[in-house]
Amino acid sequence: MSVLPTIGLEVHVQLATETKLFCGCPTTFAAPPNTAVCPVCAGFPGVLPVLNRRAVELAIRTALGLGCEILPRTKFDRKNYFYPDLPKDYQISQYDLPFSRNGRLEVDIPHGPGGGTKVVRITRAHVEEDAGKSLHDRRPAETCVDLNRCGVPLMEIVSEPDLESPDEAHAYLAELKRLLLALGVSDCTMEEGSLRCDANVSVRPAGTTALGTKVEVKNLNTFKGVKRALEHEIARQSAALARGERIAQETRLWDEGRGVTAPMRSKEEAHDYRYFPEPDLPALEVPRAWVEEARRALPESPRARRGRFVSAHGLPASDAAVLTEEPAVADFFEALAREIGEAKAAANWVMGEMLARAKDAPGGFRALRVTPAAVGDLHRRVRGGAISANQAKEVLAEMAATGRAAAEVIAARGLAQVSDEATLAGAVASVLAENPGSVADYRAGKGAKAIGFLMGRIMKATGGRANPNRAREILEAELRGRAGA
Amino acid sequence: MRVTADLVAHVAALARLRLGPEEAEAYRRHLEALLEYVRVVETVDVTGVEPSPYPFEIALPLREDVPVPPLPREEILRNAPARTDEFFLVPKVIEGKGS
Ligand SMILES: [Zn+2]
Repeated sequence: MSVLPTIGLEVHVQLATETKLFCGCPTTFAAPPNTAVCPVCAGFPGVLPVLNRRAVELAIRTALGLGCEILPRTKFDRKNYFYPDLPKDYQISQYDLPFSRNGRLEVDIPHGPGGGTKVVRITRAHVEEDAGKSLHDRRPAETCVDLNRCGVPLMEIVSEPDLESPDEAHAYLAELKRLLLALGVSDCTMEEGSLRCDANVSVRPAGTTALGTKVEVKNLNTFKGVKRALEHEIARQSAALARGERIAQETRLWDEGRGVTAPMRSKEEAHDYRYFPEPDLPALEVPRAWVEEARRALPESPRARRGRFVSAHGLPASDAAVLTEEPAVADFFEALAREIGEAKAAANWVMGEMLARAKDAPGGFRALRVTPAAVGDLHRRVRGGAISANQAKEVLAEMAATGRAAAEVIAARGLAQVSDEATLAGAVASVLAENPGSVADYRAGKGAKAIGFLMGRIMKATGGRANPNRAREILEAELRGRAGA
Repeated sequence: MRVTADLVAHVAALARLRLGPEEAEAYRRHLEALLEYVRVVETVDVTGVEPSPYPFEIALPLREDVPVPPLPREEILRNAPARTDEFFLVPKVIEGKGS
């Protein structure tokens, strides 16, 4: 049976604050267990939450970036459930007056029948606190609880069920991540738990319109995991429909190791969250002035930037896509393009050596210790023939690691390319004198072989510093002269 | 509104409360009286009145995003019935969480 999937995603993204949502504990990743905890986030009796101003600012920016309407008055609610890493036995979240709603995200769907641009509607984006972490594998008989993440500010972004395949879901997530990075509201590192995803999935037979029964799939912790989990879940539901079975409305957990989803064993009532208004927090009147200020400061969206890199800089779409994955990369490219006046050359510098270095660097692209001006300087040295393109890669690697200038690295490594006519002519003459056999080969018509061999010798004799184009010209002229003699 | 024994059992289960038969019946009557009171309140005409989730019209105070030192770990863990040097300990849980 041919089926059509319908997918909606709930994404939890950590807002990039220094402190938690309702207390001053730091949000440092990977702090030793239970060392970023205070009476507020540990849920001690008698404490009161105080909302983080920065979290509100970041939430406004996120909502505007998603084209959402920001409610003038928003409130917090308690979502009640019992779990050992939720010490208050409730999560402060938002229920009927969320921070924002009715947004949209334009997503470029690369392939397939749905290829093209798709508008994914955003139902709502609200603010809530994270829970702690349970570690089940440390001890045989107990679960270890770490409360460091309790109270870390999250934005939950809920999409309408507008996605129709795992590929579309993946494209949506990737675009959302690029947007959040461009807005500077989150680090979006899935490994550190700052971007997490749950999915609502249903399937219906092709040709029908009524949506099938919705199944919630949780625990999607990597982009690849999201795609695999959705593929698995759609196949599972399709097979059940084909057998004439009914799909149970339930919550299933994705098991990344086994590659399957399995139903959660909780009873139905575990999902009766009994939301009620948080009595410790009055409603938040969102200052209009903040919203207008944030609207003016909104950066260009990654999608618009991608389009501009193609239209204004004349880059291939694939280059534009790579360069706009991360705002730091896109900013660097634009500055370098201005610096050297050649967009494609700037793109090649950034996409080649710099992104390769960024992959290995612990802090990623932003940790590279070079400025656009420094790379521009290096670029001019290559163009001027001072060093070869190959040598420039080495030089750039060292510049990026140490922050030293191109001239300094070139001098220290003795790399400056030899383009001086007399020096090169001398090297050519001595190599020819040492290799009469090759000269004979050249005369016998094996020119390519002879030149290849002799060039190798010349490069060796000059410690790799000979300007290869100039050296080759001199060598060929010399050989022609001798052959003619 | 009628509050049934089943509803009381359901609410008690959600709140992780274990009620004996007499307690359950006492709470059933309490809840029924409570809902009866709400029913009376509901008869008030509130046309044009904004819902108010909070009893006082005060602005929500905000704090600056500046870290303050957390409690020392020893203090945080001190009252825990079961613990290690680093963690709270609870009986093994295998399921995922609610949110
Ligand atoms: Zn705290």
